[in-house]
Amino acid sequence: MKFFKHIILFTALFFASVVIVNAQDTEQHPAKKSDLNVTELILDHVGDAYDWHITTIDGHPVSIPLPVIVRGSNGVWHLFSSSRFEHGHAEYAGFSIAHEGKYKGKIVERNAAGEEVRPLDFSLTKNAFSLVMSSIVLIILIMSCAAWYKKRKVEEASPKGFIAMIEMLIMSIVDDVVKPCIGKNYARYTPYLLTVFFFIFFNNLLGIIPIFPGGANVTGNIAITCVLAICTFIIVNSFGTKEYWKEIFWPDVPMWLKVPIPIMPAIELVGVFTKPFALMIRLFANILAGHAIVLGLTCMIFLTVSLGAAMNTGMSVLSVVMTIFIDFVELLVAFIQAYVFTMLSAVFIGLSQIEAHHGKS
Amino acid sequence: MSLLTPDLGLLFWMLFSFGVVFFILAKFGFPIIVKMVEERKAFIDKSLEAAKQANERLAGIQQEGERILKHAREEEMRILKEAEEIRNKVIDEAKGQAGIEAGKLIEEAKSAIRKEKEMALRDLRNQMAILSIGIAEKVLRKSLDNQPAQRELVNQLVEEAQKN
Repeated sequence: MKFFKHIILFTALFFASVVIVNAQDTEQHPAKKSDLNVTELILDHVGDAYDWHITTIDGHPVSIPLPVIVRGSNGVWHLFSSSRFEHGHAEYAGFSIAHEGKYKGKIVERNAAGEEVRPLDFSLTKNAFSLVMSSIVLIILIMSCAAWYKKRKVEEASPKGFIAMIEMLIMSIVDDVVKPCIGKNYARYTPYLLTVFFFIFFNNLLGIIPIFPGGANVTGNIAITCVLAICTFIIVNSFGTKEYWKEIFWPDVPMWLKVPIPIMPAIELVGVFTKPFALMIRLFANILAGHAIVLGLTCMIFLTVSLGAAMNTGMSVLSVVMTIFIDFVELLVAFIQAYVFTMLSAVFIGLSQIEAHHGKS
Repeated sequence: MSLLTPDLGLLFWMLFSFGVVFFILAKFGFPIIVKMVEERKAFIDKSLEAAKQANERLAGIQQEGERILKHAREEEMRILKEAEEIRNKVIDEAKGQAGIEAGKLIEEAKSAIRKEKEMALRDLRNQMAILSIGIAEKVLRKSLDNQPAQRELVNQLVEEAQKN
């Protein structure tokens, strides 16, 4: 009951504060309409950036500058802080951030003809920085767990707390995903699949945290999922058995499907590439959509300001409730997508490990 | 649309980060944990098996103990029974012996008594003879005057003495 009292009290306070803020808003800026471009805002947030924007106070953006590493068209490498761009308003050493066009939001330089061209850009962007950071944390986490095991003998003790949770995750992946999907050669692929799972899961979770060090849309970026899918693609195809290749180029179908027009081999060959492509798009789209929904629901508060205090208050409450709900869903999605990526990778590896069918007519 | 085109720089950083993470974790992280957990599983299975065997052995020992106890009890019973039998036999024998001895004693006593009796009778007879002689003397002395009666008496006496 005490818990419910707190909830009611909190809700009432929230309503009151929203109403007061609204009242002040309409008093102070009666003319100022909400000129919020939601699409741009969301795309801005889910996309990459050269600095880590935290908030804007009185029109001054507060952000963490990140290193920019570019090679100009003259072949000279440049390393400087992204704060030199002054949030995209300044030019430095011939480089600037494009505000529109094909390279919107990216570093460009002007060539001799005056056109905007992309230099070779290895900047530690927001996503790259988040990626490096999360990778270091992930290595520390897993290695500290491994150190616990290294220090002890088998019969000494079983882990408790955090290490036990990691062990539970590891063993559930090994026992429920890797073993049944791959079969007898599973041990060879276990480290890769576990790395993929923890990498995706950890970055997904970091993405849900709205402020630094989280919030970067790492696993919702196509470059990230692309590399992961390529890794799976390489492992699937480089360890494929003879039978696997035979089933692609000479499948067990009626002859007219293979000769003279290789319909089935063509379909199978396309399948080889669509599998990792589906992996790439699935993870990317799911995480991107999650971020977009949370941002969209949050923007609802600011979009309804113009509709009056009562409407705005109602919509704000709805928005907060929905955002909390979606955040919980995103927690689930963070796990499910990591699990699904791992499972499908395991399934594809398992398919490439098939042995010749014995006793087949 | 920039969302769908992978950025080269990010691809590089991802490849680098994921490569490092994969290398370190796949070489030093996960195999240790998985191996340890599997070893622990094997250890637990082995311990369970050992416990089962120990239990079985314990049950066997218990059974063995019970068997020994039962055997000992049976032995005890048997020994007790034998002892009783021996006792009874000894008693019976003793009784028999005692009976014979007693019989002998009685027989001896009887013969002694008989002898005594005979001796006593003989003595008595002698005494009687002496007494009767004495009486006869007295009677004779009194009734010598009566000739026929005397004769009758003497005859009677002789007859009696003969009968005896």
